[in-house]
Amino acid sequence: MGKKNRNVAIVGIGQTEYSSHKEYQNQVEMVNEAVRAALADAGMTLDDIDCVIHGNMELFEMIHQPDLWHSLGSGAFGKPQFRITTGGTTGATLVCAADNLVASGMYDVVMAIGMEKLQEGNTTGGITNMADPLWMRHFQTGALTSTTANLMMAEFGEERARRAAMKHRIMIDKNACRNPRAHRRFGLDYDQLEDLMVSSPAIVGDLRLIHMCSQSDGACVIIFASDEKAAKFSKNPPVWIRDHISVHKEEQLSNSFSWEPPETTMHYAARKLFERNGIDNPVEYFDVFEMYDPSSWWGVDWLREFFLLEGDEHIKMVEEGGWDQNGKLPVNPSGGVTATNPIGATAILRPAEAALQIRGDAGPHQLQRPVRHALASGFGGTMWTVLIMLEKDLNWQEVTHSD
Amino acid sequence: MKRVAICAVAQHKIEADIWYKRYQGMLLDILEDLQKQTGFTFDENTGVKNIVSCSDDVFDARTISNNGVADAIGAHYRGEEKIAQEGLNALGYAMAMIRAGYDDLVYVAGHCKESQPESRNMCANLAYDPFYTRCLGLDYLNTAGLQARAYGIKSGITEEQLAKVVVRARQWALRNPYANEQGQLELGDVMYSPMLCDPIRSLHAYPVSDGAVGLLLASEDRAYEFTDRPVWITGFGNCMDSFFLGDRDLVSNHALSKAAQQAYRMAGINNPAADIDLAEVMDCYAYQQPLWLEGLGFCQQGQGGRFIDECGPARYNVNLSGGMLAGRPLMIGGLYGAVEAVLQLKGQAGEHQAADINRAVVQSTTGGAGQFHTVVVLEK
Repeated sequence: MGKKNRNVAIVGIGQTEYSSHKEYQNQVEMVNEAVRAALADAGMTLDDIDCVIHGNMELFEMIHQPDLWHSLGSGAFGKPQFRITTGGTTGATLVCAADNLVASGMYDVVMAIGMEKLQEGNTTGGITNMADPLWMRHFQTGALTSTTANLMMAEFGEERARRAAMKHRIMIDKNACRNPRAHRRFGLDYDQLEDLMVSSPAIVGDLRLIHMCSQSDGACVIIFASDEKAAKFSKNPPVWIRDHISVHKEEQLSNSFSWEPPETTMHYAARKLFERNGIDNPVEYFDVFEMYDPSSWWGVDWLREFFLLEGDEHIKMVEEGGWDQNGKLPVNPSGGVTATNPIGATAILRPAEAALQIRGDAGPHQLQRPVRHALASGFGGTMWTVLIMLEKDLNWQEVTHSD
Repeated sequence: MKRVAICAVAQHKIEADIWYKRYQGMLLDILEDLQKQTGFTFDENTGVKNIVSCSDDVFDARTISNNGVADAIGAHYRGEEKIAQEGLNALGYAMAMIRAGYDDLVYVAGHCKESQPESRNMCANLAYDPFYTRCLGLDYLNTAGLQARAYGIKSGITEEQLAKVVVRARQWALRNPYANEQGQLELGDVMYSPMLCDPIRSLHAYPVSDGAVGLLLASEDRAYEFTDRPVWITGFGNCMDSFFLGDRDLVSNHALSKAAQQAYRMAGINNPAADIDLAEVMDCYAYQQPLWLEGLGFCQQGQGGRFIDECGPARYNVNLSGGMLAGRPLMIGGLYGAVEAVLQLKGQAGEHQAADINRAVVQSTTGGAGQFHTVVVLEK
């Protein structure tokens, strides 16, 4: 039973600019921009890449097997290539896949490409199309839902829950404003909190426009290398992938909100991952969390799940500024998904940003503290979760994957 | 490196239109068949913790096509990742998962119903970029037509030789209870069948097909818990060619030979024609069988026609299942080929079992005119 065959490091990261309208480039050119940036960041050329992994969602841009066309700009020509997708989690899945492929010994250097050009399709239409055509499609409204808001208001009271979601939203926007790449940067401030609670247009129930993630165009590329190759390409300090876990769930969403709600995949993934890595207090352990937060409601709610908190601990931390950039555990210093959301790239952007924080290369939104241990999450499908643990130092206890 | 085994396989009978069963039901049948064969579970401690699926959003007309099958492939509270290209690549990826040390058991499951979309060519047309090539109407059929024409010029392959490929495929399909099209043909039926996409005739093209397959993979340590005759994945390779047809020599097998080189190197094969006992190639169109066999090193470049006359396909046990030409769904055509090769290596192929099969090669392709190729070597 398994010990990881060899260690895998992130050695290069490339991002495009993110925007709602990148008319000046097509998908191939957009992918190419991120690929060139990642190669430059790693100090590599295409000759150093052994294998390419590509991911996005076909029905957002209505391209079947888009890796075939994107090969014009992805650098996959003449190389091994995989295309692996899991919905919103795709980007995080690409990181798990790269971790597997490099650790396996089959490829030394793997380049993972997550991309989406949401402007070229209908995002909410595309997401609605994931529902079962016979049983669920008539009920689905894309990813727009107020269910979590309703549950939080029932549990914590309407006023407290609404204030927590909006405070979290403003905190995230403050982070986005420090990140020059973030797509939506509104410049919100806490004195607008009460105003926004009534003035932001309601989408569904208590989900307001300001709570919801953006639709963005963009691509993000990460280059991974084995420990041996990482030492050779040492332009940047390597960021190590300590562990990853992926947890899916059957598709009937209504079953997630039944009388006795089952364990969320966020909680299950975190519980398993922390257990096998011997992490008793994740809030203490991690220095940053880059989270796939599709809306502020989900963002706040899932913090409890991911850090195995109880009762209103997560809300208290929102109220006390515990998730702020100078708080106990900074969440989404990049501005997260509510700011920037090119869906196929969104979940690879989380570990990318977390790795930049560990390297100290995040830019104006670099945390003003040492970052050694980072957590990144992906969200997709019918409430699926991917969690990735990143480390600055190669000094953790080896894990046996037999739990 | 750790050895990775295929412990067991299951396949759904391929039909032109499985209108009476949803693909979830097909996958459930596959899963139950495999569990009956091996007793594997999804237990948190000893069972499958990660699943590799294969399907396609466009063919299923569903965003995140794997989201609709999570429960039918055991992915409830388990990890699941979708190979969004031809399913043979799932074997390479699952092998990496096991070699990496994260998993010791992986369930691979794929489905594709070509009957669901109005036309599979319409799906394939969406693979072409929306600016230059989609508006020309390119799809996997008419790009194959261009490749078939180029191969005809290079190899001088005749109508009769192409007809022999199809007639032989149907003869073998008759012995394979899972094959789709089992009707028997004469050479003349094929040679004078209506022109579909010049020079591809209607009987040169694989029939529209629905199907589903599943495979249980395990590390060497655990394989014998589930079978006493594991089949080892000893070689894997895949490779991407250029997108624009004008940038490619359509009959050079550039991507296929590079994919084959990777797989053969990993498996330690120097002379494929001498070292391999059986081949499953993804011959969506008749001309592709000799062309891909050239790329795999079974015959000299441009000699595919003569190879057919000299009974090369019979000598090398090519497509004893009937292959794509007897009907296999596009997204899992190669995965069905792997299932067939595993059965042959285990000696469980029934009426179409060949003698003394120790090593097999399986090839598949994704994209127009073989833009992307995958090669897997399997051994007893």
